[in-house]
Amino acid sequence: MTAPTLGVAEQYCTFWVDDLYFGVAVAEVQEVLRHQPMTPVPRANEAVRGLINLRGQIVTAVDLRVRLGLPPRPEGALPMNVIVRSRGEVVSLLVDDIGDVIDPRDQGSLELEPAPSNMPADVQDVVLGVRPLPDAILLVLDADRAVDVSAVPDTSGGNP
Amino acid sequence: MDDDAEIIAEFLVESHENLDQLDRDLVELEQHPGSRELLSSIFRTIHTIKGTSGFLAFGRLERLTHVGETLLSKLRDGEYAMTPDIAEALLRMVDTVRALLEGIERSGNDKDPGVDVAPVQAAIELLLKNGGQPPAVEAPATEVVDTSTPSPDATEPVDASTPQPPAWDGVERRGVQAPDPAEPWDGVERRSVAEATVRVDVELLDNLVQLVGELVLTRNQILQRTDTHEDVELIRASQRLDLVASELQESVMKTRMQPIGQVWSKMPRIVRDLAHQLGREVDLTMEGHETEMDRSVLEAVKDPLTHLVRNSMDHGIERPEDRERAGKPRTGRLLLRAYHESGQVVVEITDDGKGIDPERIGAIAVQRGVVAREQLARMDTKEIIGLIFRPGFSTATEVSNISGRGVGMDVVRTNIERIGGSVDVVSEVGKGTTTRVRIPLTLAIIPALVVGEGGERYAIPQANLVELVRIEGEELRRQVERFAGAPVLRLRGRLLPLVSLAEALGGTAEEGDALTVVVVQSDDLTFGLCVSEVHDTQEIVVKPIGRQLKGLAMYAGATIMGDGRVALILDVPGMAQMQGVGAIAPENVETRGVLEGDRTALLVIEVADGRRAALPLDAVARLEEFPRERIERSGGAEVVQYRDGILPLVRLAPAIGLTDTAGRGEQVAVVVHEIEDRAVGIVIDRVLDVVEETVVLSEVGRRTGVTGSAVVQDRVTDLVDLEAVVARMGVVA
Repeated sequence: MTAPTLGVAEQYCTFWVDDLYFGVAVAEVQEVLRHQPMTPVPRANEAVRGLINLRGQIVTAVDLRVRLGLPPRPEGALPMNVIVRSRGEVVSLLVDDIGDVIDPRDQGSLELEPAPSNMPADVQDVVLGVRPLPDAILLVLDADRAVDVSAVPDTSGGNP
Repeated sequence: MDDDAEIIAEFLVESHENLDQLDRDLVELEQHPGSRELLSSIFRTIHTIKGTSGFLAFGRLERLTHVGETLLSKLRDGEYAMTPDIAEALLRMVDTVRALLEGIERSGNDKDPGVDVAPVQAAIELLLKNGGQPPAVEAPATEVVDTSTPSPDATEPVDASTPQPPAWDGVERRGVQAPDPAEPWDGVERRSVAEATVRVDVELLDNLVQLVGELVLTRNQILQRTDTHEDVELIRASQRLDLVASELQESVMKTRMQPIGQVWSKMPRIVRDLAHQLGREVDLTMEGHETEMDRSVLEAVKDPLTHLVRNSMDHGIERPEDRERAGKPRTGRLLLRAYHESGQVVVEITDDGKGIDPERIGAIAVQRGVVAREQLARMDTKEIIGLIFRPGFSTATEVSNISGRGVGMDVVRTNIERIGGSVDVVSEVGKGTTTRVRIPLTLAIIPALVVGEGGERYAIPQANLVELVRIEGEELRRQVERFAGAPVLRLRGRLLPLVSLAEALGGTAEEGDALTVVVVQSDDLTFGLCVSEVHDTQEIVVKPIGRQLKGLAMYAGATIMGDGRVALILDVPGMAQMQGVGAIAPENVETRGVLEGDRTALLVIEVADGRRAALPLDAVARLEEFPRERIERSGGAEVVQYRDGILPLVRLAPAIGLTDTAGRGEQVAVVVHEIEDRAVGIVIDRVLDVVEETVVLSEVGRRTGVTGSAVVQDRVTDLVDLEAVVARMGVVA
């Protein structure tokens, strides 16, 4: 086994947001949960969908669709929670669907490649790079950046 | 004596730990006689014990460790080589030291005649005399130290002549009082100091507190569920769970308690240095070292308290010459006092300095634009003194590096209020100043009022809560109006700015025919928060929220409710700031004659079967009802347990010459009256109304406890002289 270089994990927990296929290093993921009841936080950043009670710990849920500037989830579709650890805190990423844990090396992708420059800026902002796989392109998520949403509310107002 | 006892206890714990290490080191040293590292470690340990015992005047212990130290230093410096004889002597010294420590623990001194120091000391001295070699003849070095049968001749002469009775009256003694050391073991196990305490990682404690918080929440959930159940066994089990969880919570919270002495201990040095720097002569007295509070609270008040002490030295206590001129002793007095009161910790900082001159404060406040001249004119002395807590206020004519940067008192207050505490100042010109800081015992679990808005629940810390007001129908139109565009409520002659919680949360407020107002307070700002629902008050576990929300000043954190859902905790100062309440705060603004004709707000009550009486409303702190069986007796007085304290009760009817009819029913109505920081409960039949009337006092009906009577709401009403009532009943208020 080769020593992982910076930003290159051996295994990724994968998930979908809209039609994007993301992976986040397994080491950063604490757990994956079905949809959880949430308490909205008025006046917070739009991407903050609410607070979840995770066995007594209060976890902020950041909606990746909002964070990435993607259209809202279809009516009635409940997001899943990918709970990640970021800078000492536990944060939930709201995603559309959960995929498998994969090792890109098994599928011929040995290295992390830079994200294509024509990707939307919002997406590039939270992506470390890509791992091209035979039938998909895995976007490697930078969890720290993904959960880094400004505390100061937008002028457009937070969620109601 | 308290201080000494504490130091001795610490010394014992530390020494016991050191001695265990010493045993291991010595044994290891025999195997590795050359180890410089081990020798140094042993030397340090003995040296420490010697130093402290000298400081605490344990002469025998000091002399013994002194010879031991000398021997060790020779070994360490390579003058002597380690031999079995030296090892033996050292081990015996350690044993004797331990025996002496046990004696100290029992009796507070090292004069235990059961411990024989002389032979060990002699053996070591002999070794030293012979250059580290064992003496040729049979020396006392082979004698066995026997702690149970003392050989009187061997005891040091000083001690033999004065078998000291135990002088120390500390708390560290466990079990039976100072047992005779020579007595055979009586089978009762006594735990020594070292065995009775365990050092625990703070992180582990924090973890425990968190887990207990979880348990409390889970218990709340279970209790909620079992309420609707009929299974007796389940109900019984959940009640037991309730009890155990509460006790566990209490015990765990106790483990995190630390005495304020930790902060106190730094004060003498600070005061000394400051006195030196400022050219003051100060006599510092500290009381209540043992007053305990949660370590997080202690951490949070450390700086504010230090600042207050600095302030007293800088602005309070005058220079010695000035004091002499004022006819006071040259040396100023600074008293720090800490105590528990009704579930809170109170810390008082009292100086006998020049006091705070309200006129000067007022003048400076106007000059610095802290307050407008017209506003000042309406303030009473207490409010004027309160101005020192306003941002941008500093009275030092010259900015010193001690205090006087103008960031002092407001920061002190902000920091103390952040942890749910309060600060107030009482001062008398020329006599001195007392600053009283009240702080909660713990931060982790606080009482809060839960309100509802937009289908979600929000918690408001009890510390910010003043009262709940509900206004309906006609009153709503009459009492709520727009003042310079902002809604205000006329409440007992004051204008209260109103903030709609719904609007503050980014929604729209519903117009209804009733309004529920939670009156909240932070700093010296009071405002009304209009909410759609009021749930209940409960103990909540404060949990931090993620950094994504840190910039939102309106939330202080979050908590988990009984049903497992998250609720946000509102930060009252933050809300006030966000809603710009401060800007329109018409603290005492009188408009359209709210107070015309000296109207007085009165609480109209019924006593003695239908007789009407009235109390000035500002004398009423709260209204309470207690079940009759909760009234207990203490001495000759009736009392009730209230808010972690004892509330003395006074029956109003007999106190004003009427027949007592209060408390015939299940519930007893009580008006809580606060005098300075004490409270008295006035037992009445029931509350009739709160009115605002122009009182025309008539001498008719004047008697003890009654100032006279007046027509209130078209009926003749006795006006109660509360002071007289309280005084007459001899309640120690």
